[in-house]
Amino acid sequence: MTREGWTRLGLVAAGIAALEALCRTKVIKPLTLVPPSRMVHDLAGLLIAGDIFDDIGQTAIEVGGAFFLAIVLGVLMGAAIQATPRLRRAVAPVLASWYAVPSFVFYPLLVALFGLSTSPLIAIGVLSATPAMVVATIGGLDRVPRVLLRAARIHRLTAAQTLWLITLPSALPSLFTGLKLSFAYAFIGVIAGEFILSGGGIGYGIAYAYESFETPKMYALMLLVLIVAVGVNGALHAWEGRLLQRRQR
Amino acid sequence: MTRLFDSLAIVAGILLLWTGVFEYAGDSAITGPLQTFRFAANLLGRADFWQHAQATLSAFGYALAISAVAGIALGLILGLHRFSGDVAEPMLASLYTIPKVTLYPLMLLVFGLGVSAKVAFGVIHGMIPVILFTLSAVKNIPQVLLRTAKALHLTPMQTATHLLAPAVLPEIISGLRIGFALTFLGVLIGEMFASQRGLGFLIINGINSHDVKRTTAVILIVITASVAANGALLALDRRAHH
Repeated sequence: MTREGWTRLGLVAAGIAALEALCRTKVIKPLTLVPPSRMVHDLAGLLIAGDIFDDIGQTAIEVGGAFFLAIVLGVLMGAAIQATPRLRRAVAPVLASWYAVPSFVFYPLLVALFGLSTSPLIAIGVLSATPAMVVATIGGLDRVPRVLLRAARIHRLTAAQTLWLITLPSALPSLFTGLKLSFAYAFIGVIAGEFILSGGGIGYGIAYAYESFETPKMYALMLLVLIVAVGVNGALHAWEGRLLQRRQR
Repeated sequence: MTRLFDSLAIVAGILLLWTGVFEYAGDSAITGPLQTFRFAANLLGRADFWQHAQATLSAFGYALAISAVAGIALGLILGLHRFSGDVAEPMLASLYTIPKVTLYPLMLLVFGLGVSAKVAFGVIHGMIPVILFTLSAVKNIPQVLLRTAKALHLTPMQTATHLLAPAVLPEIISGLRIGFALTFLGVLIGEMFASQRGLGFLIINGINSHDVKRTTAVILIVITASVAANGALLALDRRAHH
């Protein structure tokens, strides 16, 4: 691991240790925050008991579905928009101001449209994640050097070959940024939706635990959300690093 | 001319989609465009609406000031000190991924109900993008510029005003635009859960009491204000980047 990596690890460890100490010495009241060790312990207990598997499964389906749909829709729409300059000019303001709109306000409407099931949550995930992927796809396709495309034509590559050998490698860095952002937005959208109005999922579990004063369970679930967010982000980051390294060789 | 036509087509498309959703879902979910505009205009003329709007705006003002000042300061420090920047950047990116709504019980326990919880919510949403944009702006200043400053024996103050500021300003404006939108979002979410006043409270209250007319109108006002502010910042952003 690099020096930066170790420092990061040390900082996180020091932070957790400080929090633990503050909680143990009751400087932070147990009602406000339970010690990190207790959170880990409670989370392990919840996982072993298996009570939260339904919630985890529901959230996983929603986030996974939204993420997948956002990638497919985002890449297709991004490619279509990039190929038609006029469309691009027209939708540019929409894309630029999309994230200025607090999309969760549409959630009640989506519930009315789809009913109280997993579909409105997937819909809100797709709504918040797709534009990031569209923007990333446009940016990635813009970065494909013209000269390489011309070379592809000279060599009579098929469309599939051109896509695989020329377009994809050049667009990759931007696409990866899109992937990371799309995951973050899908995850945030789904958890927030569950939190506000839902009958299941991890977000709902946190809200429910909070309202029924089950503080330890609430913190255990928050920890789970934290671990998933940081874990997936880290995994995508590592994958990106490996692919980019291979490209440089 | 075609540009005007295209913009109008986009607006028409949005209105058409809205009408379609309204026809499909009915007025238990959303009100139609015309009715909503009329009700929103009516709301804008009422004093109690402006009290809520003012509560939101003042909390937003505090939150934005903190996000901007602390965000830029932290970004500058982390950007200038390369090692700290490299350590902090992935951590900040991870923090950005966390659904911060789930932290709301913690925020309530720490800050209590009221303005400070709303402001805190706005800050945790809005500050990270400002830090990240500032950090990358400072990190990407061409070394040649810094060497020139040294060669010309500029004082640190002169370096800051004549070299660093112009070099990083465009990126900082981009960061502030995103920070602006997210801070607003954070304040609204904070109001939905942690407050009895403000536009976010009006929305959640409308949802809970099935007052579709008012909810849709407030949402329309919020979105219009947010998109308009974003448009203004976007124009500023473009001018800074040329």
